Amino acid sequence: MSQLNIHAEAYRQEALELLSDVEETVLDIEQDPGNAEHINRLFRAMHTIKGSGAMFGFDDIAEFTHHAETVLDRVREGAVPVNKDLIDLILASSDQIRAMLQAADGGAAVDGSRSEQIVSGLKALLHVKGDTKAFSPENMETSDSAGSMGGEKITFRIRFRPGPSIFATGMDPAILLDELRDFGDCVVTAQTEKIPSLYDLDPEQCCIFWDMILTTDRSINDIRDVFIFVDDESEIKIDEIASDANKGNDRKRLGEILVERGDVTKETVDKALNDQKQIGELLVKSGAVSREKIISALKEQQTVEKRKATTSSGSVRVPADRLDNLINLVGELVITQARLTQVSAGINDAKLAAPVEEVERLAGELRDCVLNIRMLPIGTTFSKFRRLVRDLSSELGKEIKLKTEGAETELDKTVIERLDNPLVHLIRNSIDHGIESPEEREVSGKSRKGTIRLAAEHKGANVVITIEDDGRGLDAEVIKSKAIEKGLIETGDGLSRSEIFKLVFAPGFSTNTEVTSVSGRGVGMDVVKREIEALRGSIEIFSEKGEGTTVRLSLPLTLAIIDGLLVKAGESRFVLPLSLVNECMELTKDHAANAHGRHLIPVRGELVPYIRLRDIFALSGGPAPLEQMVVVESENMRVGIVVDEIIGGHQTVIKSLGRMYQDAEGVSGGTILGDGGIALILDVPKIIQCAEQEEK
Amino acid sequence: MAKIIMTADDSASIRQMVSFTLKDAGYEVVEAIDGKDALNKLNDSKINMLITDLNMPNMDGIELIEQVRGKSAFKFIPIIMLTTESQAEKKQRGKAAGATGWIVKPFKPEQLIAVVKKVLR
Repeated sequence: MSQLNIHAEAYRQEALELLSDVEETVLDIEQDPGNAEHINRLFRAMHTIKGSGAMFGFDDIAEFTHHAETVLDRVREGAVPVNKDLIDLILASSDQIRAMLQAADGGAAVDGSRSEQIVSGLKALLHVKGDTKAFSPENMETSDSAGSMGGEKITFRIRFRPGPSIFATGMDPAILLDELRDFGDCVVTAQTEKIPSLYDLDPEQCCIFWDMILTTDRSINDIRDVFIFVDDESEIKIDEIASDANKGNDRKRLGEILVERGDVTKETVDKALNDQKQIGELLVKSGAVSREKIISALKEQQTVEKRKATTSSGSVRVPADRLDNLINLVGELVITQARLTQVSAGINDAKLAAPVEEVERLAGELRDCVLNIRMLPIGTTFSKFRRLVRDLSSELGKEIKLKTEGAETELDKTVIERLDNPLVHLIRNSIDHGIESPEEREVSGKSRKGTIRLAAEHKGANVVITIEDDGRGLDAEVIKSKAIEKGLIETGDGLSRSEIFKLVFAPGFSTNTEVTSVSGRGVGMDVVKREIEALRGSIEIFSEKGEGTTVRLSLPLTLAIIDGLLVKAGESRFVLPLSLVNECMELTKDHAANAHGRHLIPVRGELVPYIRLRDIFALSGGPAPLEQMVVVESENMRVGIVVDEIIGGHQTVIKSLGRMYQDAEGVSGGTILGDGGIALILDVPKIIQCAEQEEK
Repeated sequence: MAKIIMTADDSASIRQMVSFTLKDAGYEVVEAIDGKDALNKLNDSKINMLITDLNMPNMDGIELIEQVRGKSAFKFIPIIMLTTESQAEKKQRGKAAGATGWIVKPFKPEQLIAVVKKVLR
């Protein structure tokens, strides 16, 4: 049924979230074994995975999870201790459940023997072999389940005496009587003998009991089921009476009288129920409290409740492609608004200018809002790595502690997703090559436990992510010789340390003599760099031999819209990301002359190399008489980009140039300008590289 | 006027299923993610019935039932607990707290409706 499929998808998503929760909580428990809150959380997660799984057809998952849930229940009671075995088994269970979810979604089939392995491990924790109650879904019998025995009608006498506090359990006996009435001819008599006088009457207590004569083809069990909820506190007697006892015309009249008497009783019951709603009235009537006191008490109740009521911050699940669509539309809106602003500026009509300015402001706000929607804290990614560090360090026999900072730092969802692989690779490197074995560390006077620090923070328009370890660091000499060996450089003389470290990013570069299952194949760092650059970010390595290595990633906050600086060179227009622009200045003929043929210019005391866009893109025509220079900075290097004209700031909606222009150097995208024209967005880091090379 | 039923459960998939099923049968539904959320929402809507899970963070089902029974406006509304087969003790506590009845998980939509019809008119 398609209905079941909707729920199955919801369950799958929920289960995956719960599994992340399980992993994180289990690692928390490892650090803090006595924490009851964590243990409860873990139990609840498994409990829900199991319960909801059974609901939506994932019986294999429910059955498997049952064991973990049972163990965790015992842990809650204190009967099973928190130790490494437990942690490992819970993590293994979590992985297996994830595999089952994937298998159900068309993924690879699950390894049954692994499931068995985990289950026996869990059972062993309980010190009992095969004693865990087997999971069997229990179904409530409904009165709809056919209990009829082929149309034969039997008459039953039923006495239903509910416990006096039946109303306090929210049960209205009248509904049960109606249910019986659905079974067939039913004559109900209310017995009111136990009802005290009105003075003594407690309207919240039920003092009525009922006698019923029911003729039905349902079984006695069906009748008992009607009272399933009230069985414990009520007196229920069901007897079969001879089916011919009540035949005959007399029955009707008797029935009428009984029903009439039933009506009177029904009124009494209704009255009792009505009275309880006006406790205030009752109190006033009985003289216990004055009316004014009631009114003021009610006012207090309302005020306190209003103050307590906090708006629960709900959240809405939105499919990712809907968000992308929204961002696209906002992008188009921003472009069109830019055109509107430009046209309006041309017309110079005051009445038009005001709303156009308002539209510009609103479009900007909308842009910021929408881009913010996709911002997620990087903390979830960091949490994943805790597991990675634990497993990997255990596998390699190293002791490593992971410190995280800035988990609340927000990045665009897509950026976070694409960062995943590079970060995993970098952390693996730290663990595999960076941190030394405990013995080695002791020998060099370090603590046995190595530390890897993952930090994220906002810096201007960028997010800076740092992966720092206190391991053995990079050996510049080894890198140099390896690079010479691979023919990447000639002599390596005159290379600064940072330049040497950059060699690590060359494809196929690896100073490892041994290829482990984890790393060393040399396919890693260049891919990492490419991935980071594809995100328009940059990556830098700092290291001290013997002390440690730090990798710093710098990424833009958003992929889709940036603030740009629009410039012109020749007939073409270009956009520079404003976040990279330091300052602008004029480049006069004198400056060029004083440079003595080298492309260097003093900017506030420092010599800055410059490069002409005309030269980079081979634009026709000679340089303008008065040129402008935009000083950009990237990776701690400043370069001047010389253009004919600086037009101004421009909100740039980045449009990809498409597959065909993917390898075009120096350009990272395009944008549509207010007048419908096109500007290319400059790839500043690449241009800086070109400038450097030119200098040589 | 349609009857309003509140469903309190920390499992989004169960909330969704209960919501669908009840709305399909003509009831209005208010969803809550745990006991605390349920209590807050009680102030805004005049619900006629509560269906609550027993295991929830922040405030579990038993406490929620106690709190709801403590409010005069909801002292006598039907309250159904969602239990699992291994929660016999919790079920008793729920009844002691004032629950009207229970449904055992896993349950089918028809079973849910049957129970609702048993306690809500």
